Amino acid sequence: MSSLVEATAAKPTTTTLQWGLWWRQIRAILRMEVKKNFWGKRALLIYVFAAIPVLLLLLLTFADEDAGNDIKRNWPAAQEVFAYIFEAVILRTIVFFGCAWIFMNLFRGEVVDRSLHYYYLSALRREVLVTGKYFSGLVTSVVLFSLTTIGALFFLYYARGYPANVNFLFDGPGLGQCLTYLAATILGCIGYGAVFMFIGLFFRNPILPALVVYGWEWMNFLLPPVLKKISIIHYLHTLAPVQMSEGPLATVTTATSPWVSVPSLLVFTAVVLILAAVRIRKMEIRYGGE
Amino acid sequence: MNETFANYSPDQLIVFEDISKFYGEILGVNRVNLTIAPGITSFVGPNGSGKTTLMNLMTGVIQPSRGRVSVLGISPSEPQELFRRVGYCGQFDSFPKGVTGYDFLYSYLLVHGLTKKEADAKAWRAIERVDLVEAAHRKVAGYSKGMRQRMRLAQSIAHEPSVMILDEPLNGLDPMARAETTRLFRQLAKDGLHLIVSSHILHELDEMSDRVVLINNGYILAEGGIGGVREEMEDHPMQIMIRCDRPQEFAARVFASDNVVEATIHQDRQGLFVKTRNADAFYLLLNRIVAEGSLNVETVAPVDDNLNAVYHYLIGSGGGGQA
Repeated sequence: MSSLVEATAAKPTTTTLQWGLWWRQIRAILRMEVKKNFWGKRALLIYVFAAIPVLLLLLLTFADEDAGNDIKRNWPAAQEVFAYIFEAVILRTIVFFGCAWIFMNLFRGEVVDRSLHYYYLSALRREVLVTGKYFSGLVTSVVLFSLTTIGALFFLYYARGYPANVNFLFDGPGLGQCLTYLAATILGCIGYGAVFMFIGLFFRNPILPALVVYGWEWMNFLLPPVLKKISIIHYLHTLAPVQMSEGPLATVTTATSPWVSVPSLLVFTAVVLILAAVRIRKMEIRYGGE
Repeated sequence: MNETFANYSPDQLIVFEDISKFYGEILGVNRVNLTIAPGITSFVGPNGSGKTTLMNLMTGVIQPSRGRVSVLGISPSEPQELFRRVGYCGQFDSFPKGVTGYDFLYSYLLVHGLTKKEADAKAWRAIERVDLVEAAHRKVAGYSKGMRQRMRLAQSIAHEPSVMILDEPLNGLDPMARAETTRLFRQLAKDGLHLIVSSHILHELDEMSDRVVLINNGYILAEGGIGGVREEMEDHPMQIMIRCDRPQEFAARVFASDNVVEATIHQDRQGLFVKTRNADAFYLLLNRIVAEGSLNVETVAPVDDNLNAVYHYLIGSGGGGQA
């Protein structure tokens, strides 16, 4: 019994850009994913995690009277301490691991839950799926970690009192500094988000690669100037509104201007997202069984 | 183009062209060449035979190691085109956590790119078709297995596709729901849709299928209408039961024919079983004998030209060789 074979030419794909359709689809993905990111079981841990720096500043300000007084007495030193806290705790730890958790789960979590084929069986370009998922992770991480930064700044400023803050914020560099911290947080989410979504797409167990990235980011200050630039923290560090020493072992490099840092980070993110889109076109779902 | 498909244009057919799929070193399917026309086509084979692999290849959920698949002229690597025309009801749940039945379909249609109004209307239409209106606003997690199966079915028909791929769609359904679902399939096929169904419940497939594809160990063993497939199985002569008044005389007459390989008188001596390698020639001979008036025939019925028998011959008895 011979099988009946007939070759047919595959219909050429329409290549017109359907922005209206894609935008509707991205909105539909956002609607579901953002809800899941904020209200799903996995969200609870991230809430606790995001609250850590705020609680730290709260403790520093209220529980330790001396610290509160120190902030008032030596504001420049307090600002410098905050800059270290921001980089070490908020950016390198909370934003890093928070983004790892949120963005790696965007695809890996669906594979574990066996729900990714909900999207795979839709008339949806895989590139649009990557974009929608990425933006959903971005909305979640930006909202959460911006609140972390705002909360931490709030308690830093709270200890200083009302009149001094008004002067510093509106007649001094305060507002610019706050916005810079916020921008660094958002850029951290943009950059780390892309990296971790990419890792989540490529690795069945993404924890080890995430730890490798973590190590790379931490040893950034030791790296030669060229390698330094292949990291996200390097660009975020250059945005810091308060100058910080990287320690005696740090390699000396010329500071990168924010006009270079920000576009570099965005270009890097775009490249990673394109690679993620290429990857997802080849990604298979195994239902098991056969 | 083969005569069978001459009436169809390429964008009406599903074509597997020299398709192989390996999972590492494990064979999924090998060198499959298959063309599927509109109507109900059943994939039949034991667990692990490659039925789901073929369905997943058709929908781009997995990609072939070799060869090419085309569904109505569309490559499965273009989901944005494919799933406008195709609905897939897989074996496994894909319900996002915490969704209600309605929200599951509504969101799915929004992801398709429909407007809110269209998505709402189509979601309700699909829910009505699978008879889940009352449960629509309940969470899917609280549904019974049969309800979840129906909701998956609703997902596959909600966007009104022209090809439906249904992997074990009758699993978990009670007899009433099975009958209703089978009726729905027939109706959809009558409307000109492709329905590709896999199931272990052979008699239900037998009743509704226009053609079957028998698969084992990753190879297509046979394909076509049940009758046609059965006729081509020369290793297994076709069995025909004849209820008549003088079975011994009849047996003597038919034995003279080269096509008859065996005739067994029924225990009640009111009929006989005949095994023939050429059923058409046998029926001509039978007509001649009846026309002579020497025999009163009450009934003539083929015994093993159903899917169950074909399955048993080709797969059940040790898997059978490749056709």
